[in-house]
This record gives sequence, C-alpha cells and structure tokens, in this order.
Amino acid sequence: METQSEYIEDLRIIKKVMEESSRFLSLSGLSGLFAGLIALAGAAIAVFVFPDGKILLRGGFFLEQPVDDLILLKIRLSILALVVLILAISISLWFSYRKARRKGLKMWTPVSKKLLASLLVPLVTGGILIIIFYLQHNWQLVIPSMLVFYGLALVGAGKFTYNDVHYLGLTEIITGIAALILPAYGIIFWCFGFGLLHIIYGLLMYRKYER
Amino acid sequence: MKVDISGLSKFFENRIRLGIMSILIVNDSYDFNSLKAALCVTDGNLASHLKALEENGLIMVSKKFIGKKPNTSYSATESGEKIFRLHLKALEDIIRKK
Repeated sequence: METQSEYIEDLRIIKKVMEESSRFLSLSGLSGLFAGLIALAGAAIAVFVFPDGKILLRGGFFLEQPVDDLILLKIRLSILALVVLILAISISLWFSYRKARRKGLKMWTPVSKKLLASLLVPLVTGGILIIIFYLQHNWQLVIPSMLVFYGLALVGAGKFTYNDVHYLGLTEIITGIAALILPAYGIIFWCFGFGLLHIIYGLLMYRKYER
Repeated sequence: MKVDISGLSKFFENRIRLGIMSILIVNDSYDFNSLKAALCVTDGNLASHLKALEENGLIMVSKKFIGKKPNTSYSATESGEKIFRLHLKALEDIIRKK
C-alpha cells in the first residue's frame, strides 16, 4: 500500500509529465518583451531616421504623396523589415533557450516540432501574399496582412504552448482588421500589434510563469 | 470513511510506467528517444517498462523508418487509456476524501 503523500506525488508527476509533453513551456515572456522593443526601434528608425520616412505617419506612400526616391525608401524599408524580423526571432529563441536550460527542459521535443509546424503554415502563406501585395503596389494590404497572418499563426500555435499566446493571436487579428479599415494609420497599428502587444503579453507571461 | 481503491492499477505503482502512460494519454504517439528525454531514464530501464506495458496490452508499438533510421513509437491502446483513467480517478478520489 502506498501512503497518502505518495498518491499526491503520483498526481503531481502525472500533471507535470502531461503538461511538459503536450505544451512547449520554454517560451519566455522576455522573448515577447524584447521582440516588442525591437519592433518599436525598427519603426522609429523607419519614421525618424530614413529620409522621407515621415510619410509613413501621414498615411503611407500608397496615398500617392509626392516623394522623390520612393524606390529607395521601399528598398530601405524592406531591408529594415528583414533585419527586424531576424533580430526578433533570434532574441526570442535565445531567451527561450535560456529558460529551457534553467528549468532543465528540452527545446527540441515532439511538441516543439508541432508548434513550429503550426506556426510555419500561416506565416509562410502570409509572407508570400505580402511579397505579392508589395510587388503589385497594394501597399494598404501589407500591414494588415502581417498582423492578421501572424495572429492566425499564434492562434494555432497557442494549442502547443501557454494559452496566453492564443489570446495574443486573437488581439493581433483584431488589430490587423482595424488596420485594414483605417489604412492611413497603418504604421500606428503596426507599432501597436508588433510592439506594444508583445511588450504587454511578454511582461504578463513573465510575471505569471517566471517569477 | 471508506474509499474505493479498486480503480488503482498495479501497473502504475511504478513511477516510470506512470510517466510513460501520462505522456501517451495526451499525445497520439511518442517515439522512444523523446520518451527517454522526457522521463530522464536509461535505455534499458525504459525498454523494460515499455515491454511490460506492451505485453499487458496497455500500449502499442509501431516501427517505421524515417529515411534510413529506424524509429519506434508508442501509443496508448483503448484499454490502456481506460485503465489509466480509472487509476487517475481513484487517485483523485483518495486525495479528495481525505
């Protein structure tokens, strides 16, 4: 016969093993926080450092504002977007790796593979659509698509990690739809969705799971 | 107060078997190496517990090749899932009625 405390320990093990094997728990709140800060820094560079960048605040260049060297601005924006994306992904992975190591968890598990697969389908689809919109001069669709497809990716991925990610995804989708309705404020919605929301959810998750 | 412990299964008196079953309840299937990593056990130890569970019909084994590498994965059988759920319920009842 086992004793009472052994039964309690059994239940604790069942819960822990089930949770760790079905959800990716290495995701760090700090990943969100820093991804948000990088996004805001990127937007600040686009608007305040790039020549002609301020037209992003005046409704973007799809409103056919008279701007010289529009091509140059577009190239600069594309490169900046790529750098921001790579930096944000790298720093997220680094903080998650750090959390995994500290908690003695593995990063590459069956559930993290499922998480990655569920992220990739909407992200790659969205990425291809955005490139097509960009090339076809449908500028007003670029920012809403980024937010909506990223949101869809997170809603799907939320099943395989903390539930908060699911809700972050829903708020990103709503932000994207709002950006589509009010295209002149695209950059503001972009900063809200990729900057502020990441920072808020990152801090919430950090307080909830890592303190 | 009398507590019904008839749902408890002797298969799960061992914590490694309990862990294996917990993983296979929430995952459709799980491969050997991932089980080993998740439960922090040695090859031999894990293999003997898996064999015991398989022989008693609680889990199923499927062997396939991924490229040239053999890959053995495990999943819970219907009766295995039933026995585990009864065990879990019995555990919870015992704790609750304390």
